[in-house]
Amino acid sequence: MQTLASLKKSSDAYSFGFLDAFAKRELRRKILKAVAIPGYQVPYASREMPIARGWGTGGLQATLALAGPSSKVKVIDQGSDDSVNAANLRRFIARMTGCDATRDTLECTILQSRHRCPEERLKRGQVLVLQVPDPETLRSVEPNMTRARLMHADQDYGLMWLKLYEQLVRFGRFVQGASYPSLVNGRYVMSPSPIPRWDVPTLHQAQHLTILSAGREKRIYAVPPFTRVEPLEFTDEFFQVEEQSDWTCDRTGQRYKFMNEIPETDGTARHEISDTGYADKLIQKKEGEAVTLGETYYDDNGTFYHDGFLKS
Amino acid sequence: MTVFLNPNAWQPAPPRLIETAPILEVKGIQKRYGDIQAVANVDMSVYPGEIMGIVGESGSGKSTLLRMLHLEEPADAGSYKLNIDGWQDRELLQLDRFEQRKLRVSHIGIVYQHPHLGLRMHNTSSGNVAERLLVAGERTYSTLRQAAVSSLAASEFPLQRMDDLPRHLSGGMQQRVQLAKAIAMEPALLLLDEPTSGLDVSVQARVLDTLKSLQQQQKISTVLVSHDLGVIRTLADRVMVMRGGHVIEAGLTDQILEDPQEAYTQQLVHAKL
Ligand SMILES: Nc1ncnc2c1ncn2[C@@H]1O[C@H](COP(=O)(O)OP(=O)(O)OP(=O)(O)O)[C@@H](O)[C@H]1O
Ligand SMILES: [Mg+2]
Repeated sequence: MQTLASLKKSSDAYSFGFLDAFAKRELRRKILKAVAIPGYQVPYASREMPIARGWGTGGLQATLALAGPSSKVKVIDQGSDDSVNAANLRRFIARMTGCDATRDTLECTILQSRHRCPEERLKRGQVLVLQVPDPETLRSVEPNMTRARLMHADQDYGLMWLKLYEQLVRFGRFVQGASYPSLVNGRYVMSPSPIPRWDVPTLHQAQHLTILSAGREKRIYAVPPFTRVEPLEFTDEFFQVEEQSDWTCDRTGQRYKFMNEIPETDGTARHEISDTGYADKLIQKKEGEAVTLGETYYDDNGTFYHDGFLKS
Repeated sequence: MTVFLNPNAWQPAPPRLIETAPILEVKGIQKRYGDIQAVANVDMSVYPGEIMGIVGESGSGKSTLLRMLHLEEPADAGSYKLNIDGWQDRELLQLDRFEQRKLRVSHIGIVYQHPHLGLRMHNTSSGNVAERLLVAGERTYSTLRQAAVSSLAASEFPLQRMDDLPRHLSGGMQQRVQLAKAIAMEPALLLLDEPTSGLDVSVQARVLDTLKSLQQQQKISTVLVSHDLGVIRTLADRVMVMRGGHVIEAGLTDQILEDPQEAYTQQLVHAKL
């Protein structure tokens, strides 16, 4: 009798990492090009994946092209290892490459993420793969993509500052929350994917390599280690991260980490650290388990770990 | 009657008192759209601080000429030079896109007949003015605000409305925003394409007053296109008459309007006055 299990192809029928050799070679070449031109959006073929476009196919392809048998992969979605999307991607990557999955930021060699960077500092040799829904940061000021590409070529970014000017005039502050446009290596303005402003400074002069991949839009770009990533700002009006200084995590009692706000029925709100892998480790530590906590980007007083560009 | 179609029938003569070199010099500039010769072999020059008027019927190529002077429309043939620091002796029609933008942003201002062409309707009025400085590389917010205030004030725009969207403003105010935007970088050359045509007569008169006083204070060399001889008479020092893409007559404004030589200009003057 036929069962689902007997109909299923054995994993030997797939190439290592699901993608065929040509796809992987193309991706690796495009990644090298992206690393060579920091912040520049390199077009790539973007294969069909067994998940729908818009669910992380870009990040998934980059991860599969990079992963080897000894890689350790962590996948998060909005900081959480447990969301359906993250769990599915993690299982798929593990099954197709045979490499180990982990929840510990310190252990992983590849961290694929949607909408967050981890709280613990990534180190030399680690790769952060960010899923990007819309790579074109100029789209909001120039809907015509042909012209937008000319603007990138000419480094014609005045309109991005005009957008910031308008925000200051109308709201008295920068209101762009996620995907805060940032100048990479003094040349290309990129969208850092929809990470909160809190995470943008972590890309600046980072030890790790960041790869940003948009599957539907077929664009891949990168921030190599130790590269300048400067959020757009005026010389007299500065970029700032989210103000959460009076929020305390309900699970761990920590402050000065990026929090999720959880509304309560009585109209108040609770807060929890959004990076669940880190929060879990904090709790384990409190319960006396032997876990290693890495150094974080923001310390317990909310101070960023290097001088960077954050001004107060 | 065949004379007026001969492009070489006249030679542009500078006003006698001006002895400096022209700031703008165009020779044999041409533009063809399919079968239509929009601009045919036009020569022109503009001297520092003067207003050069261009009149002509609809379709005579005035706007096309202005767009070419603004380097937003490539010319088919001809030569175009501006006597501006750093750009002397450069053939502007041969510049690449990047250099054209650089020149346009810092040295040429333009006011279009339709505010939609010149303004970002979803940005504030002050933002429209600030855009010019931003594109030129200014990154200090307080400087941008000050520049917006002073340019808008110079174009006599009501400052309490400087942060309104242009689409919430009257036509006259929109033209003032365009004007403020055009002069924000203190350009060497100001191009005005029918700046007052869409406005009713009293508003038109006030915008003209502003243009005139601005021009007297700042002495910006200006090319003013209008089919309204009244506007030309009030503002222009010299005037060129265009027809079918050709310049058929040119000279001092008073001379052309009082004593037109070409039959077509005579018709134009008599029809208007
Ligand atoms: N983009 C274009 N494509 C095709 N033909 C054009 C284009 N622009 C202008 N033309 C043609 O070139 C000729 C000159 O047009 P232009 O707009 O310069 O006239 P104008 O003197 O400014 O007229 P008006 O007083 O009505 O504004 C017209 O016959 C017009 O149809
Ligand atoms: Mg016209």
